[in-house]
Amino acid sequence: MLRWTSATSNLPVAMEPFRLLDERGRLEGDPPLGLDEVRRLYAAMVEARAYDRKASAMQRQGRLATYAPLEGQEATQIGSVAALRAEDWLVATYRDAGAMWLHGYGWRNLFLGRMGDERGGHPPEGVPVLPPSITVGAHMIHAVGLGWAADLRGEARVSLTLFGDGATSEGDFHEAMNFAGVFRTPTIFVCQNNQYAISMARTRQTAAETIAQKADGYGMPGVLVDGNDVLAVYAVTTEAAERARSGGGPSLIEALTYRTGPHTTTDDHLRYRSAEEVEQWRRRDPIDRVRRYLEGLGAWDPGWEEALNAASTTAVEQAVAEAETIAAFEPDDIFTGMYAEPTSVLRRQAEELRRDLGE
Amino acid sequence: MATLTMAQAINDALRVAMDADERVVLLGEDVGVTGGVFRVTDGLIDRFGPARVVDTPVAESGIVGAAFGMAVGGLRPVAEIQFLGFAYPAFDQIVSHVGRIRNRSRHRFTAPMVIRVPFGGGIGAAEHHSESTEALFAHTPGIKVVVPSGPRDAKGLLLSAVEDPDPVVFLEPIRVYRAIKEEVPDGDYRIPIGTAAVVREGSDATLIGYGAVVADLRRAADELAGRGRTVEIVDLRTISPLDADTLVASVRKTGRAVIVTESHRTAGMASEIAALLQERALYSLLAPIERVTGWDVVVPLKRSEEYYIPDVARIVAAVERTLEA
Repeated sequence: MLRWTSATSNLPVAMEPFRLLDERGRLEGDPPLGLDEVRRLYAAMVEARAYDRKASAMQRQGRLATYAPLEGQEATQIGSVAALRAEDWLVATYRDAGAMWLHGYGWRNLFLGRMGDERGGHPPEGVPVLPPSITVGAHMIHAVGLGWAADLRGEARVSLTLFGDGATSEGDFHEAMNFAGVFRTPTIFVCQNNQYAISMARTRQTAAETIAQKADGYGMPGVLVDGNDVLAVYAVTTEAAERARSGGGPSLIEALTYRTGPHTTTDDHLRYRSAEEVEQWRRRDPIDRVRRYLEGLGAWDPGWEEALNAASTTAVEQAVAEAETIAAFEPDDIFTGMYAEPTSVLRRQAEELRRDLGE
Repeated sequence: MATLTMAQAINDALRVAMDADERVVLLGEDVGVTGGVFRVTDGLIDRFGPARVVDTPVAESGIVGAAFGMAVGGLRPVAEIQFLGFAYPAFDQIVSHVGRIRNRSRHRFTAPMVIRVPFGGGIGAAEHHSESTEALFAHTPGIKVVVPSGPRDAKGLLLSAVEDPDPVVFLEPIRVYRAIKEEVPDGDYRIPIGTAAVVREGSDATLIGYGAVVADLRRAADELAGRGRTVEIVDLRTISPLDADTLVASVRKTGRAVIVTESHRTAGMASEIAALLQERALYSLLAPIERVTGWDVVVPLKRSEEYYIPDVARIVAAVERTLEA
């Protein structure tokens, strides 16, 4: 049984994160998934890392705008979203490409967004994933509203929102958690505590020992989980989703993880933390951990790994090609996205732009 | 037709909208059991229940942010912020998300929602309760900003706002809530957003305003009529997008323009309208455009509020100046 805080009994949250796989890939509890499913999660993490590294490389080549790498956080992103159903809402941030992709957003769209093309924000029809929030913290309440709407419409959909430890300092975190608690919306708050908000360490964001314990103040259960353990993240998110779907209201999950790279491609993260610290966390790599687990069960071999890498590269390269060959934006297009129909004011401004461009 | 105050007309519009479409939900502080601090939502919770008329925690950003999520999720929320001076905590949601999601997702996600906000002075209220900072919203891309001047328009514009595919900030002039009674059509009645109305025809000058000042424009026009002057009045009704064609046509006809707003002057709606008229009606102008506005000061409290809000005397004097020019 997982150790959630209880809003009614005021039990303290466990200070030790809930974990199913230790750093060497040894199972500590009952696996929540069969081998095939674990292999699928592993494959998804491998593909997310392939995208992430490709995006960082393309930024250096000048083919992408500033990029926020997710390396180190794959287990949280993949494990949490894997617990959702296709119709559940996902409201995530600029660092959550892995989560958004797994829920159907598409690498092409993610690349397009980072190329500075609004069309990246248009996921395929039926994919309930909002474009990434660039502002910090304002998006959590959107997940509350989406879950609330689903409830009022009689749909059995839940909403999941990803945010960082820095976002919990925003006043919007309070309002979102408070609304979710008061109206018992089917919302799962997943804090990816990667321990830094750009340069500021988690200890400067809150004096509380954990973020998970804040759930208590909003009348919802909270749990601290090892965010580099994809099985543990999957297990707690599954519980939260079941609770939300059955009318039990929201939950807060604090996934303790680490971004092993910079905040963005413009950041030098070794100005505010040591190479030793980063190396220590690299040794807790979320992908290695699952590989060791699978290896121990005879469910991993180098050939499969090679095939996974090749397939990931193909998928990512194909998305790059699609994104780089999309038709150019026409001048009019910057006006046509604002309203269902361009207003008289925007029609006139579009004419002015055409005039100024000599068209 | 019933004779209604503006508060009653808005209540009627909300009832009609909620009867017609179960996706329409109301949320805000004290909008349910109390019926809103101005009683605009009075009785709606009895008719539609607490799931559709939601009393929320005191959290403006939360109200607008949750309404935004609801709108993206397929509902038609109408959020109420108690006073414009309390809307600033929600401003980030409006600027950063409500006005952007359609463009950010290139029409994949939209936020058809209304944010109702009582605004303006004239009732001697406490600080923060008399703001007229509508230009902040008119400056914001991706939303529409509507300001009725009386009961009939309030109903017609609000029903259009609820149906609009894009977010609408709906500013309700507080001092009009109970000051004006009008015949208001029953049932579904619409006035299109983005269209100004020439509410009085005249030939000597054009008076331009919206919201509470429109009643003062009528009084000023009456006074000027006594002096043999016929002035035209344009009620903007929507301040974003501006109905430039109606404004320009009127000023081309009269050759003189006096723009009256209760807001601060600098970078206010009067500035935008003056620039627009300069661009499109300069050669018809017979006198400099006059602006009669609130000043660039915090709205004064009760004892000196009269120095701030444009009154009939200031409006008449401005028209006289343009006529003498």
